[in-house]
Amino acid sequence: MTRLDGRGSDHGRAAVLAVALVVLCAGVTGGLTTVRAQQPEAAQDGFVPMSDIPPEDQLPAAPLLVAAYSVVWALAIGYLWTIWRRLGMVERELADVTRRIGEKE
Amino acid sequence: MLTKRLFPVLTVVSLFLFVTAPIVIVRAPYESTMGLVQKIFYFHVPSWMAMFLSVFILGVASAIYLFRRTASADRLAVAAAEVAAVFGLMGLITGPLWGVKAWGVWWQWDARLTMAVILELILVAYLLLRQYGGPGSDRLAAGLGIAAMANVPILYMSTEIWRTVHPLTSVVPTLPAEFGLPLWWSAAGFIVLCLTLLSVRSRLEEQRASLERLYLALEED
Repeated sequence: MTRLDGRGSDHGRAAVLAVALVVLCAGVTGGLTTVRAQQPEAAQDGFVPMSDIPPEDQLPAAPLLVAAYSVVWALAIGYLWTIWRRLGMVERELADVTRRIGEKE
Repeated sequence: MLTKRLFPVLTVVSLFLFVTAPIVIVRAPYESTMGLVQKIFYFHVPSWMAMFLSVFILGVASAIYLFRRTASADRLAVAAAEVAAVFGLMGLITGPLWGVKAWGVWWQWDARLTMAVILELILVAYLLLRQYGGPGSDRLAAGLGIAAMANVPILYMSTEIWRTVHPLTSVVPTLPAEFGLPLWWSAAGFIVLCLTLLSVRSRLEEQRASLERLYLALEED
């Protein structure tokens, strides 16, 4: 049955608004709770001393040792190779110039 | 001629010492406070020993060239400067790898470390001067070579003169035998390697000088 004075539709609209308001309030409250849960803990007032570094923060020695020995070997071999290459170039040029002098004479 | 005959012998000896050094080092005990990372010491200290030897040869050869104009001394000085720069680089790289574990930082601008960088920069300056300095740069570079040699005793004594984070030089002479053996074994390897590199690098300079003489002869004809 339809009410002609329009009151029925006003009540319906009010009910819908009330439900929407409740849902909105619940959402905001829930959201705020979630956001608060995700916030980092309050910052500490100052630095706290500790006598030992935790094991997970300590640098492993083996990679440093391997790196140091590898660098020395790589530099020694690399440098020897560059000298060898330069020496080869100069000796080839030397042979070429000697040949040119020989041809001139 | 001497370097040509000397080179294979030096290469074999340095290869033997270098290949066997890790075995001797592995068998050495761990140091009580630094542990495994202290074993960098067996390559770090000898690289500076080889550098100091090269710088000493550079200084003496530079002085001979400056006062007597001996061309062979100048060629030896160039070779020694380059070899010294390579060993210096080894020391400057292995040091921080040890320091980051032992001190907690890669680098400290204390007297020893700063002077080591200055010495390396003097060597780089010497090599740049020889490469791009043009006529007369050989005598300027010889002066720089003597300055580099003069820097060595101050660098060596720096840990005794100033307060630094670096271990004292007295650590080496007072080492117990089980730490001393790998160090001196490795040091012998580095010294022989240094002489090997010096001999082959000097040969390169000799060949360059021969080439220059031949070009002059070719132009004259």
